[in-house]
Amino acid sequence: MMGATTPGGFLLVLAILLPVGGVLLSFVLGGRFAERVALAVTPLGLALALAIAAGVAHSGQPLVYAVGGHPPPLGIALRADGISAVMLVAAALIFAASGFYARAKFSTPPGVAESRAPLTFWIMLQAIWAALTIVFVSGDLFNLYVALELLTFAAVPLVCIDGRPETLAAALRYLLFALFGSICYLLGAALFFGAYGTLDIALLAQRVHPLPAVWAAAALMTAGLLAKTALFPLHLWLPPAHANAPAAASAVLSGLVVKGSFFLLLRLWFYVLPGLPAPAVGAVLGTLGSAAILFGSVLALRQARLKLLIAYSTIAQIGYLFLIFPLASGAHSWSADGWSGGVMQILAHAFAKAAMFLAAGLLAESLGHDQIAKLTGAARKMPLTFLTLGLGGLSLMGLPPSGGFAAKWLMLRASVASGQWLWALVILAGGLLAAGYVYRILAPALGDGAVALKAPPQRGREAVALSLALVAVALGFAPNSFFDFIEIGRPIVMGTP
Amino acid sequence: MTPAVLAGLVGAAVVGLGLYGLIVDPQPLRKLLAFNLIGSGVFLVFGIVARRGAAAGFEFDPVPQAMVITGIVVAFAASALAVALILRLSETSGGVSLDPAVWTKPDDKGEKGDGQ
Repeated sequence: MMGATTPGGFLLVLAILLPVGGVLLSFVLGGRFAERVALAVTPLGLALALAIAAGVAHSGQPLVYAVGGHPPPLGIALRADGISAVMLVAAALIFAASGFYARAKFSTPPGVAESRAPLTFWIMLQAIWAALTIVFVSGDLFNLYVALELLTFAAVPLVCIDGRPETLAAALRYLLFALFGSICYLLGAALFFGAYGTLDIALLAQRVHPLPAVWAAAALMTAGLLAKTALFPLHLWLPPAHANAPAAASAVLSGLVVKGSFFLLLRLWFYVLPGLPAPAVGAVLGTLGSAAILFGSVLALRQARLKLLIAYSTIAQIGYLFLIFPLASGAHSWSADGWSGGVMQILAHAFAKAAMFLAAGLLAESLGHDQIAKLTGAARKMPLTFLTLGLGGLSLMGLPPSGGFAAKWLMLRASVASGQWLWALVILAGGLLAAGYVYRILAPALGDGAVALKAPPQRGREAVALSLALVAVALGFAPNSFFDFIEIGRPIVMGTP
Repeated sequence: MTPAVLAGLVGAAVVGLGLYGLIVDPQPLRKLLAFNLIGSGVFLVFGIVARRGAAAGFEFDPVPQAMVITGIVVAFAASALAVALILRLSETSGGVSLDPAVWTKPDDKGEKGDGQ
């Protein structure tokens, strides 16, 4: 019975309750306790994520927990398969890094009992974690809708935490895009429920047929999720929102939050609708992704500010994710490569981009600005920070050895093996353009010149950023067992085109 | 035309009107109202879906109704958050606009001209 609780299923409940409990406790205790609670929650969350991953690896099956003891369709199931477990661990690592990095900026000042920005930051950080955990382990499309909304409501305040009008406008624009996305998603969910009387992912996967209602529902949900994932041409909200947020928040927003809605797209097309003959869908999403890669990279090349450059690079790197739809659909010999490459791109970009945003934050604090034109010689003063930017850039470009290389190599293999040459060209062009914008940061910084530091960066925070970049590089050495692991629980439909 | 079909069509029309307003109107507050209009249309569609619960042996299916209530709560929370942002924006900047010219600094040269 696929809806019954498996051994270890309670871990999924704990993984959700932990950050939720952290949010409530931080809110009740207030003041400087919020920071302590958040920092105490991170190692526990990491341990839980690792325990879930170990449970999935041990049984080779998804962990399932039927809430209230009622299996679907009557109840709601929580499910963690290979890709959920991997995302949980990645999220825990990035939250831990962002939390420890943010201590310097978001500590409650001495002599003050409570201060607005720190309290908001620590509570919202845990709220994002809670929402992402629900996104990763939920097995029900309506539950996922609520999780998506929670994610938005937690992410928007982080964008405008400093209260400047430009950040408020960026947050408002982000919120409006996100609301459009979630209401489209909800309408799609209504159509699914109307057609099949359930929203459980596993049950829907058995029941769906290519009916008009299913196509309409899938189109609505996809359009909504594209707006939330900021795929070109629905990306307008992302650069101002991510570039104006504090660095620790940008790392979470760019590294993880956009992956939350993308994760739902994977759930929709590869878990709910794997039986739908949808090469046209793959082609459309792949084309939009390709346009995002080229457009985002070119705009990144034109930015004057480092954080904006990194934000536009996010748009380009999100584009790569969408190549998974043409490259991993169906049950061909090359689909597994496409799937592995796509998941690897999620992880590599999450770590590389989080590391780069943290490094950019250190740079902005030390120099007092993040104008790329004025970085001349800065690498001599802040070698570790630029090493982080360089290693993150290595992964974005897709040079070996790095997670980005593994991702792009697997995608290239899949596109060549499947005869879809166009995607291969786009992947290569995107790599060249990425090299261009990373060069724009590094070349002047490594040159001669004297920059005055307002304050030297703190070693501990540099080390946090660098460790994330090292994870992005280390992903390039992922063994085959890792790629087998992310296949656990993925329905493969034989005989589809 | 049965009442269910009529209600479904009205729901679709309301969603369409809201979508038009959300895309076309430049004012954030009107965009928010348009979002709420879409929400009403979607909830109406959910109501029609509930009628189809007869297939499961109920006269009405309670699950979509529970979903509508959850959806209303979420839409209410979203509207409150958006109104709070709009109010704060008008306090700090003296006007309510999503126009990039308001929040783009002169030195963000690449930011302009990105096709907005």
